[in-house]
Amino acid sequence: MARDATLEVIRAAYRKLAKKHHPDLNPGDAKAEARFKRLSAAHQLLTDPVKRARFDSGEIDAEGAETPRPGFYRDHAEGPSGYRYAPEGEDEPDLGSMFGAMFGERRGRRNAGPRHGEDRRYSLTAPFLDAVNGASTRLTLPDGRTLDVRIPPATADGATLRLRGQGGAGGGRAGGEGGVPGDALIEITVAPHAFFRRDGADIRLDLPVTLAEAALGGLIDVPTPGGPVRMRVPAGSDSLTQLRLRGRGVPAHGQHAAGDLIATLRVTIGTPDPALIAFLQGFTPEHKMNPRQAMEATA
Amino acid sequence: MIGIELVIAEITGLTAPDLERWINNDWVRPQGPAGAYLFQDIDVARVRLICELRFDLRIDEETLPVVLMLLDQIYGLRRELRQQRSGALPPAPARA
Repeated sequence: MARDATLEVIRAAYRKLAKKHHPDLNPGDAKAEARFKRLSAAHQLLTDPVKRARFDSGEIDAEGAETPRPGFYRDHAEGPSGYRYAPEGEDEPDLGSMFGAMFGERRGRRNAGPRHGEDRRYSLTAPFLDAVNGASTRLTLPDGRTLDVRIPPATADGATLRLRGQGGAGGGRAGGEGGVPGDALIEITVAPHAFFRRDGADIRLDLPVTLAEAALGGLIDVPTPGGPVRMRVPAGSDSLTQLRLRGRGVPAHGQHAAGDLIATLRVTIGTPDPALIAFLQGFTPEHKMNPRQAMEATA
Repeated sequence: MIGIELVIAEITGLTAPDLERWINNDWVRPQGPAGAYLFQDIDVARVRLICELRFDLRIDEETLPVVLMLLDQIYGLRRELRQQRSGALPPAPARA
């Protein structure tokens, strides 16, 4: 700063630096207090005409103007008295759960209550239909205990179930008594199914049909997660035709309505019957059809 | 604990109307009824901080509550962290 800097310039420079170095704005920086004290001292010295004159003439050094400063707000704010200014409406659980998730360990409670035991993680592979329809299963833990796990309907692959109180024992930090046990977190892997595939709330299925069923139409039995359902195939259905059975997908759960079963037809010839071969050999269509017409047109 | 006159006397540049307005804004929360406020050390330190923000750093009173709210959140987090590290703090005093 220039020797002849005006009071305005000095004050502006001070404000700029003070915003950066004020200890209460830098609670985690132990050196901020020392920097701010030097800054305040310099500011006090330079804005006091008498002291500045003495400083400029070399009578006093830069420390000469330092006056003891009472404690900063940060000296109090992190202690118990700081709760008086805790943000309104925002209470423990939010912070606690955040830290719990960050550090993955048991957390203390503000009210010095019993400590939580640790959460334990397990994984469980569920059959496809159990995950869709819901099921109860028994899980044997590494320590020999067994857990009855209720898989809710519509459980997705990768979902985590929380079983309250089935994790590590609670108690003091040394594992004492009287604490709240932690939870068991069970990550579900859904095994693939031989022919069902899950698509959100819908279940997809490739459905083989015979040539006669596709050409003539008719009623066929279709497997669904809830058991076979009779469905009408319209006459003249091609392969890849999609038929939808409303409400026969993932069952309704909570606020969610049931999904649909979407069957994609696959016309299956298999080993041709001699009668069919004989028929086709003598067969002359009334309207000749070329199913590859669109391809030839663009090729 | 000290009364409002002592706080005003102790902090240079602070006037009674300023401090009373800040109390009404809930930026400072002394104990006791209006007219017989009692200030703890943390309250005095907070008044001093608000003074410095307001007068030295020239943060106007429109912006100040935002700064205070963010500061209170930071100190809340740090308090929480400290508690996580050291086990349990003494129970929180009931808010007046």
